[in-house]
Amino acid sequence: MKGRPEGLPAEVEARPALLEIEGLTQFFDNLRAVHNFDLTLRQGELIGLIGPNGAGKTTVFNLITGVYQPSEGSIRFRGMELLGIPSHEIIQLGIARTFQNIRLFSKLTVLDNVRIAYHPHAGYTLFDGIVRNKAYREQEDYLTERAQEFLAIFGLEQRQNDIAGSLPYGLQRRLEIARALATDPELLILDEPAAGMNPQEIDALMELIRFIRQQFNLTILLVEHRMRLVMNICEWITVMDFGEVIARGVPAAVRDNPLVVEAYLGRQTAFLK
Amino acid sequence: MKNIKKSTLTFFGAMLAIYIIVQLLLSLGVLNNFWRGIIFWGAAISIVALGLNLIYGFNGQFSLGQYGFYALGAYAAADVTWRWLNEDPSGIVVGFLGSAVVLGLYALVAVFLRRFYNVRVTTRFLAYLLTTVLGYGIAVIGLRPLLEPLLLTVLNALPPAVTQQIVFFLALVSGAAIAGIASFLFGIPVLSLGSDYFGIATLGFTIIVKVLLDNTDTILPFPEMKGARGMVGIPQWTTWTWVFLCFLLVVVVMRNLLHSSTGRAILSVREDERAAELVGIDVTQAKLLPFVVGSVFAGLAGGIRAHDLAFLHPQSFNFIQSFNPLIIVVFGGLGSMTGTMITGFLWILLLEGALRLFLPQGFETWRFVVYPLVLLIMMLLRPEGLFGQYEFPYLKRPLAKLRTRSASPQPGEAAASEEVAP
Ligand SMILES: Nc1ncnc2c1ncn2[C@@H]1O[C@H](COP(=O)(O)OP(=O)(O)OP(=O)(O)O)[C@@H](O)[C@H]1O
Ligand SMILES: [Mg+2]
Repeated sequence: MKGRPEGLPAEVEARPALLEIEGLTQFFDNLRAVHNFDLTLRQGELIGLIGPNGAGKTTVFNLITGVYQPSEGSIRFRGMELLGIPSHEIIQLGIARTFQNIRLFSKLTVLDNVRIAYHPHAGYTLFDGIVRNKAYREQEDYLTERAQEFLAIFGLEQRQNDIAGSLPYGLQRRLEIARALATDPELLILDEPAAGMNPQEIDALMELIRFIRQQFNLTILLVEHRMRLVMNICEWITVMDFGEVIARGVPAAVRDNPLVVEAYLGRQTAFLK
Repeated sequence: MKNIKKSTLTFFGAMLAIYIIVQLLLSLGVLNNFWRGIIFWGAAISIVALGLNLIYGFNGQFSLGQYGFYALGAYAAADVTWRWLNEDPSGIVVGFLGSAVVLGLYALVAVFLRRFYNVRVTTRFLAYLLTTVLGYGIAVIGLRPLLEPLLLTVLNALPPAVTQQIVFFLALVSGAAIAGIASFLFGIPVLSLGSDYFGIATLGFTIIVKVLLDNTDTILPFPEMKGARGMVGIPQWTTWTWVFLCFLLVVVVMRNLLHSSTGRAILSVREDERAAELVGIDVTQAKLLPFVVGSVFAGLAGGIRAHDLAFLHPQSFNFIQSFNPLIIVVFGGLGSMTGTMITGFLWILLLEGALRLFLPQGFETWRFVVYPLVLLIMMLLRPEGLFGQYEFPYLKRPLAKLRTRSASPQPGEAAASEEVAP
């Protein structure tokens, strides 16, 4: 099977594929940021994508979510080709993401950040909103309540009326995940969710990721430099360097792979800490 | 509608009080024609500026096009009433009914286009452009001979005072609708270009409108508009009641729009376009909508202004004038409705009222030196506007109450509430 390591449990391999990336290549002018990248995710998996700085991880995420159109290759989600579909429609199909550098709507409230993600399914029309009829009031109450329940899961309930940009860093990360989940995705992709966190915060984050995965039946793909997180929660890992896949496998195997060690040590990135 | 909020009552109470007081002062002659003009003009400018604030302040799209749409609305509405006074109801048929046909056809096109994903911008634009031509074409060729005699009989059968109000209403709606349709057609290609080009393109639009207005009697088939000589013979039908109702309508519509889910989408685009897109917001749509609504406001204000001045001149819509609403919005505070409302009136009051009365002749020419300077100083010293974050309670974004029902503790909650610095 393309884009997967050998020797995964047969029970996992029996599940249907959710995301199938094949031969993905992306050029930026003359720079080949991603080259011939394959990756197949099956339903319910939690996998990691790692690699040194500039390896092309974020670019892969941007290609999946339609931010760039790839130079070559194909990306299928639930069997449907995503190429050419605008970003917001890809999100509405059931893929949600967070950003390496937090991108909240920082002057809006925490609650509004989440409610914005409900907009495509707000359940009332512009006209309802302007005349403020019953549909508007009921639906708006419902959205608010749902957003509040959501925030409670992330420990942000008390902060609902705070301006998002004023939250401490760790909570902003959480809010970004909450906002992504509010789009009701099947596949969640997280770009360095643990960046800038201390070990305790990382532990809490791991717990949170496990919890939301259960709770929302998610398939998760994450990019992360913090090996504490990757090694602990990912079922298997794909390693990239210079836009190419250099290794795949379960965490223990990847950690001991000489190619991986070299890729990281060669560029003095703190890897095995 | 059992429990109306206190802020709502206060707001409408205050508005009603203002309405009554001004009406009294006007009736008693305390406010003469000069001040009447200032107040009406202030309201019109405030409406234009509110529209711009929706586009620039709330949606983040820098636009200099407001005056173009203001001009379109003014001339379109004026043409409807001018023709009516000359026993010609074609303005109503084309301006009002024609626009209605166009909007109806738009709805069909929108439904049709939704069946394809990722329609190219040019295709989309051409589809709507052809629809527009078709819609107005139907009105000119099909509806005019059919409905004009009927309209004349019906409207002339009514008491003249009533007929006047109806025609004026239809004229205002026509002006607003034509401005809205023009902004929609203009917005489809231009808003997809990205913000940098948008500002320039809208400035270009205002200039083109001005040039067309200069040539209404030569290039365009509207001899009654008299090109660069200016249009005369527009009835002075704008009353304080009309001004007040339009102003109130604009404020309420804009406020309700902003407080709805669509309003949140509009704000999210200002905050971070990419992030908005990646939580599923159709960014093009979330830019087009406020642009069209803002332009409709401008068109409506144009109709009001035209029927107060009773005279229209292309020079009053040149591109330097188009900075007026921008200055008002910046002074009042980007994203502050209250600020724009008040500053709009103050602007006209000071500039056209007080200064003209008390300063020597020829001051006006200095304006174009003073404007940019003042704008610059304002942006540097008080970027949040004169009124800062203040908003009338009715216009403030409502904050949701905390849920009383306490949810069961969730994983990671304890750790999350410790605020650890990055
Ligand atoms: N929009 C762009 N235009 C030009 N070059 C780009 C663009 N985006 C990324 N690149 C380049 O592509 C390469 C891969 O970048 P990418 O952001 O995907 O790396 P990454 O693996 O996410 O790295 P990091 O761990 O630092 O986040 C880098 O050399 C980067 O400079
Ligand atoms: Mg990256």
